[in-house]
Amino acid sequence: MSFITYLINGISLGSVYALIALGYTMVYGIAKMLNFAHGDVIMIGAFTTYSLCSTMGLPPVVGVAASVIVCTVLGILIEKIAYKPLRKASSPLAVLITAIGVSYLLQNLALLMFGANAKSFTSVVSVAPLTLAGGQIKISGETIVTILSCIFIMILLMLFINKTKAGQGMLAVAEDKGAAQLMGINVNATISLTFAIGSALAAIAGVLLCSAYPSLTPYTGSMPGIKAFVAAVFGGIGSIPGAFIGGILLGIIEILGKAYISSQMADAIVFGVLIVVLLVKPTGLLGKNIQEKV
Amino acid sequence: MRKSFKKAVSLAVAAMMTLTMAACGSPSTSNDPTQNAGTTAAGATENSGTTAAGGTEKSTFKIGIIGPLTGDAAIYGENVVNAAQIAVDEINAAGGVNGFMLEINAQDDEHDAEKSVNAYNSVKDWGAQMILGSVTSVPCIAVTEKTKADNMFQLTPSGSAVECAKYANNFRVCFSDPDQGAASARYIGENNLGTKVAVIYDSSTVYSTGIYESFVQGAANQKFEIVAAEAFTADNATDFSVQLQKAKDSGADLVFLPIYYQAASLILAQANSMGYAPVFFGVDGMDGILSVENFDKSLAEGVMLLTPFAADAKDDLTVKFVTTYQQRHNNAIPNQFAADAYDGVYALKAALEKAGATPDMSVSDLCEALKKAMLEISIDGLTGAGITWNEAGEPNKEPKAVKIVDGVYVSMD
Repeated sequence: MSFITYLINGISLGSVYALIALGYTMVYGIAKMLNFAHGDVIMIGAFTTYSLCSTMGLPPVVGVAASVIVCTVLGILIEKIAYKPLRKASSPLAVLITAIGVSYLLQNLALLMFGANAKSFTSVVSVAPLTLAGGQIKISGETIVTILSCIFIMILLMLFINKTKAGQGMLAVAEDKGAAQLMGINVNATISLTFAIGSALAAIAGVLLCSAYPSLTPYTGSMPGIKAFVAAVFGGIGSIPGAFIGGILLGIIEILGKAYISSQMADAIVFGVLIVVLLVKPTGLLGKNIQEKV
Repeated sequence: MRKSFKKAVSLAVAAMMTLTMAACGSPSTSNDPTQNAGTTAAGATENSGTTAAGGTEKSTFKIGIIGPLTGDAAIYGENVVNAAQIAVDEINAAGGVNGFMLEINAQDDEHDAEKSVNAYNSVKDWGAQMILGSVTSVPCIAVTEKTKADNMFQLTPSGSAVECAKYANNFRVCFSDPDQGAASARYIGENNLGTKVAVIYDSSTVYSTGIYESFVQGAANQKFEIVAAEAFTADNATDFSVQLQKAKDSGADLVFLPIYYQAASLILAQANSMGYAPVFFGVDGMDGILSVENFDKSLAEGVMLLTPFAADAKDDLTVKFVTTYQQRHNNAIPNQFAADAYDGVYALKAALEKAGATPDMSVSDLCEALKKAMLEISIDGLTGAGITWNEAGEPNKEPKAVKIVDGVYVSMD
């Protein structure tokens, strides 16, 4: 019975990773850049909801909506100010380093505005926990909502990309920026849209992360952000279903590793599995194998 | 992988920068340390006819106090100075030590190692023959090097890092960080708080693993058994469901948490959501759990933590001390630092009496005499009855704990 409990805990942790990984993979898939500030956008989203709901007492819906708006605007701003000027830079490393810089900027801004003291986040989820097997198994409302939102967002994203004009534009930009531009696609607007969507996802992820694990500091987003990045690579970076599967699997491996092997070694096990998967399948579980033409 | 490693490294660098910046911030708010000289020293004893500098007359024992009197940690230093003054006044009113009066001089170190050494030099110039300080661990470690070189007797009221008492001339009043583990084991055993104990500790900090190891040693001769010992790391401090599930499955009725309050607040919330309600027992890192913003205090209801002093205790000594402290300092409630300092002064008194020391002895002779005497004395103080010291400079005393009831600390006695 405890195995099932661990499995559910793993899915619950994994669903949070998956939700964050969706944002990572989306931005990578289209803009071909790793947005390391993603984890910190999550934190800003959580702080926005915290300020509105926990401090000012507004209803959760308002808090979540405000946090989505704040993060979307923030994402577009970051892209315009920090990443766009570097898009033509000779080395892709420049954008990567800038992303790390933005990550610290956001952390330190939050440190200035909210202080280092931990804050306890009030859950925005009011779904009752699901009890199974005569009370032996309990699935929290946060887990249910996180998994459902994950699946919902995943389907929505795939429909958006494959069925709408803007989505098709994204695919074209992902394939070949130059050719897309020649075909009349506004590359800058498309990349901005990608960042806007990615950051809106980050806001939702932040609120659900802090609802499930209610401790909020300026560093809250950084570690789950890195784990989610690993999940995205694990599932095949750029692939939307891959991010979902990678996230859930990572959560399950982490919890089962902790439970049955060693609680001290949890991270070593997770990253060990990642190394093995990448050795066997370098593009990740669902990654596309694209031949580079010389 | 490499990218996430880079991120982790730069994360650490940024954290260090933030810390350094925080440290740089404090001097601007503080006064010149020398301006504080004597302002906190006793008005009464200063008039006793001694010449301040050099101490040529040698008719008083001079105790130098070093601690943060300004800056972020000022509250600790103030408590120490205020409480030491109360103890000194009591002792002098009762006829002093071996017929000689005690005198204190407090110098500000702003919770900074370098300034602590300056403060030490200032009290030495004043003629200090022994040191009560430094109040905080990092400055204290810096001062131990100087007192070792001068062979000056040093008793820290509250420096809990292991290195604060590393030399033979260093003693302390509080438990060292790891000794809190053994003390907790003893407290849990002697008060029958649990029969099956689970431990959840942070394997990535010295603080937490040190306490955990000493807890395991201390538990060996207690009536309870450790049924689960689960770790987490700083990178893995969000999900505690597995650790709690294992504690629950092993039937633990008490969970020992030698960790800081931030992780503890998550553990309390997750235990609550899975319907697991053992007794939670923490150490000084748990102090602060009630200060987490927006924290649901009902989650911490019944949490116990090891602390040397509870101001609401009903024993005569505590009541008398707290009353005097409040009369003198605007009804402020003394904290554990005050209690440590009060006991520290009485320990110095007992050791001086045991050694039959006189103020005309040299600093080094006094140090040798006190080192020996400290091992022989036993004092009844605010932080414990029958406190004795061993050669490592560590105190041996009854551990005390408080329990959180209705969102405030309540003494367990």
